[in-house]
Amino acid sequence: MALLETRNLLAFYGDFQALYGIDTSVDTGETIAIIGANGAGKSTYLKAIAGLMQGSADSVVFDGQPIGSRPAAAVMKLGIALVPEGRRLFPSLTVEENLLIGGDRRKMSGPWSLQRVYSLFPILKERRSSATPTLSGGQQQMAAIGRALMSNPRILLCDEISLGLAPIIIADIYAALPRIKAEGTSVVLVEQDIAQAMKVADRVYCFQEGRLSLAGRPRELTREQIHRGYFGA
Amino acid sequence: MTGWLDALIQGVLLGGLYALFAAGLSLIFGVMRLVNLAHGDLIVLAAFVILVLAERLGLDPFAAALVALPVLFVAGFALQYFLLNRTLGRDLLPPLLVTFGLSIILQNGLLQLFSADSQRLRSGTIETASIPLGGGIAIGVVPLLTLLCAITVIVILNLIFYHTRLGRAFRATSDDLDVAQLMGIDISRVFATAMGVAFTVIAISALYLGLRANFDPTSGPARLLYAFEAVIIGGLGSFWGTLAGGIVLGLAQTIGARIDPEWQILSGHLAFLVVLVLRPRGLFPRALD
Amino acid sequence: MTDAAAPPPQAFRVETVGGASRIAAVGAGVMLLVLVTLPALAGRNLIQDLIFLFYMLSLAQCWNLLAGYAGLISVGQQAFVGFGGYLLFALTLKAGLDPLLAIPIAGLATAIVAWPAALIVFRLRGAYFAIGTWVVAEVFRLSFAQVKGLGGGTGTSLPPSATSGVFGIEWVKTLFDVRTPAARDIITYWAALALLAGTLTVIYALLRSRRGLALGAIRDHEAAAAGLGVDIYRVKLAVYVASAAMTGMIGALIYLQKARISPDAAFSVLDWTAYVIFIVVIGGIGTMEGPVVGAIVFHLLQRYLADFGAWYLILLGTLGITVMLFAPRGIWGLISERYDVTLFPIRRRLVVDGAGGEVKQAKKSTPARTAS
Repeated sequence: MALLETRNLLAFYGDFQALYGIDTSVDTGETIAIIGANGAGKSTYLKAIAGLMQGSADSVVFDGQPIGSRPAAAVMKLGIALVPEGRRLFPSLTVEENLLIGGDRRKMSGPWSLQRVYSLFPILKERRSSATPTLSGGQQQMAAIGRALMSNPRILLCDEISLGLAPIIIADIYAALPRIKAEGTSVVLVEQDIAQAMKVADRVYCFQEGRLSLAGRPRELTREQIHRGYFGA
Repeated sequence: MTGWLDALIQGVLLGGLYALFAAGLSLIFGVMRLVNLAHGDLIVLAAFVILVLAERLGLDPFAAALVALPVLFVAGFALQYFLLNRTLGRDLLPPLLVTFGLSIILQNGLLQLFSADSQRLRSGTIETASIPLGGGIAIGVVPLLTLLCAITVIVILNLIFYHTRLGRAFRATSDDLDVAQLMGIDISRVFATAMGVAFTVIAISALYLGLRANFDPTSGPARLLYAFEAVIIGGLGSFWGTLAGGIVLGLAQTIGARIDPEWQILSGHLAFLVVLVLRPRGLFPRALD
Repeated sequence: MTDAAAPPPQAFRVETVGGASRIAAVGAGVMLLVLVTLPALAGRNLIQDLIFLFYMLSLAQCWNLLAGYAGLISVGQQAFVGFGGYLLFALTLKAGLDPLLAIPIAGLATAIVAWPAALIVFRLRGAYFAIGTWVVAEVFRLSFAQVKGLGGGTGTSLPPSATSGVFGIEWVKTLFDVRTPAARDIITYWAALALLAGTLTVIYALLRSRRGLALGAIRDHEAAAAGLGVDIYRVKLAVYVASAAMTGMIGALIYLQKARISPDAAFSVLDWTAYVIFIVVIGGIGTMEGPVVGAIVFHLLQRYLADFGAWYLILLGTLGITVMLFAPRGIWGLISERYDVTLFPIRRRLVVDGAGGEVKQAKKSTPARTAS
């Protein structure tokens, strides 16, 4: 049985339907990439899993438990951490405080601690007392990922971590993913940068206008298939 | 000359009282963007609670205030958790109007229970005790205690905000409600805890209000205005700024009173308006918004 | 080039008048006629009750304009009520002016004073703005308490001689065969009715105009409105000053009727803000019909329960909180949701003329939402 499953996941913004019955699964230790055009529903999918949007209880099943109707604070405590789009660090907290608050509410023993996060992203240790708005985009992204790791999640959800960053910085950040994977954390990556995503992912889902248009392993998918999955026929 | 020096000293000491009033208001606004129009009336309510406890239990007001602290913490927690949390959201109107309604209810409820008579917290010799500074100037012990207490409260609040897990939660919630929830923070409880802490500050300010001056059920609104003015003069987002604001307000009032006793309160309001025109963000702003 | 398969060009219209509102317009005309001629039949008590109802409703409409439409929540309107009242006293007592003339002058003076007040207070936002307006009102109160010429802290009265020479009083006395005090009441009654009608007309005209559309946009989403080029600051300033002017005139009328003024009464938060807010909240914020319902409800409550003193006020406060939490659109909100009716047609409806002359009405409306 998969660690996380979505079953016929729906999502609405008022009258607008963003997701039309998404069925996906994530196994322990897997890295899943979610690709698709803007507005395809990728971020919505992550928000629904993370509990920022509530739906029917069994639309999201985690470790056998239906969690679809639980709020974000409860979902986090079960072991699902979201790195939100745009990083969204807390400006009133220093870098270190941002990291600490990630783990304040879930005291689980696990591979990730302040020291381990600092060893993953050394620049954060250098800037530990800085106010987060003074960090560069790439550093902020590292801090946001570190913050999510501090709760020792079983699944790490990453929403567009390459957004607005220079390629060399993106490469730096993606270099950290294998180490995260090595600790046994499952990762779900929503990405615009298909190349990077395909390099690290075990499996890929492609979204198109709120529906799944493609699923498979990166090596087995042709460019044509991806193109069609992305843009339609 | 001594008259002016005396006014200056009294102004600073008065500022301590206003800083206490303001600290509670500042805390609540800082954490949850709520301006509680019933703030002054809650201070008066707390003063009556201390009064009743002192009379019923035969206690000194200081001891009664100590007993009142946990009671008022719980009351604040409950008020926020069960009533005020329902009003928070994007709309500005509900929290404003609900707290306004609360203000009316508190004033009239207290009127029913205690009549419109003026009250005072009696603590014996300490009320009139003073420390002579020479040259005919003396500092009242109670006013001095008020200022020292205000400073202590602000130090403690800063400690809580910047050196505890709870304070981290306060700041994070104030920054970004959604992401705070992603950190597992229970917003309802954080807000309620903040209000509980604010109520303990309210209790302390009520103690000194009652020791320094008479109070009655209708004394609330004026205290709200002083608290608010101290916060704005000092600048949003900083507890020390609130202390400075309180002192500026206190000074404005005592200096105004020196010119003409009838001008005391008006001088305070005018000083506030002047600061608002010249420095809209206050004298020591820290907040990012 | 016409293509037989292409759909015919569609015409669009933006309408504001609907069925119920046409009936209401006729009804309003009839009602106005009745009210104007009422003094012929009604006793003094009814006349005085109606004066109270009219001016409270006028104040409520002004507050609603500020809070429900412009998003400016003021708890300091008593500043302008008192200022208008004091100005009436000053003009009548000191300058010997006819009170009916003093009313509009008081309104103008209030507008002039409201302008700098607004410039200062607009530096604050949201709830802090609200308290700021209260501070301004306190400044007014404390300042007028220093004006010895108008009674200082204890206030002063308007002697009968000052108002017995009101324009038209002799005519009224002969027409209705009444004595001077009653005649004075009747003239005050007509003045109150005229002020109410004027207030409703100004607000209605404002909301139907393009400015009104701007107001609706500001109320619903300020950032978006700014993005569309709406000069928010100037619109809000204009609304604040206009509202202050009307409130000032109403204040002048109120104190003409009371004939006695003091700083604490004229600038009372309870009488001129708390009760007014209660009326608007109970009736329904953000609609013109709401305050009408609220004023009637309030008048009845005041009539039968005011004797209960503190308990009455506790009841009002509790009612206000309950309505705010559970029925935020007030009584009128409940009615209009249920029966979909509007008496003051302000909302725009997009009407699409389909092929074959058939008119499909696509209702596009944003429900009156409170400011954020």
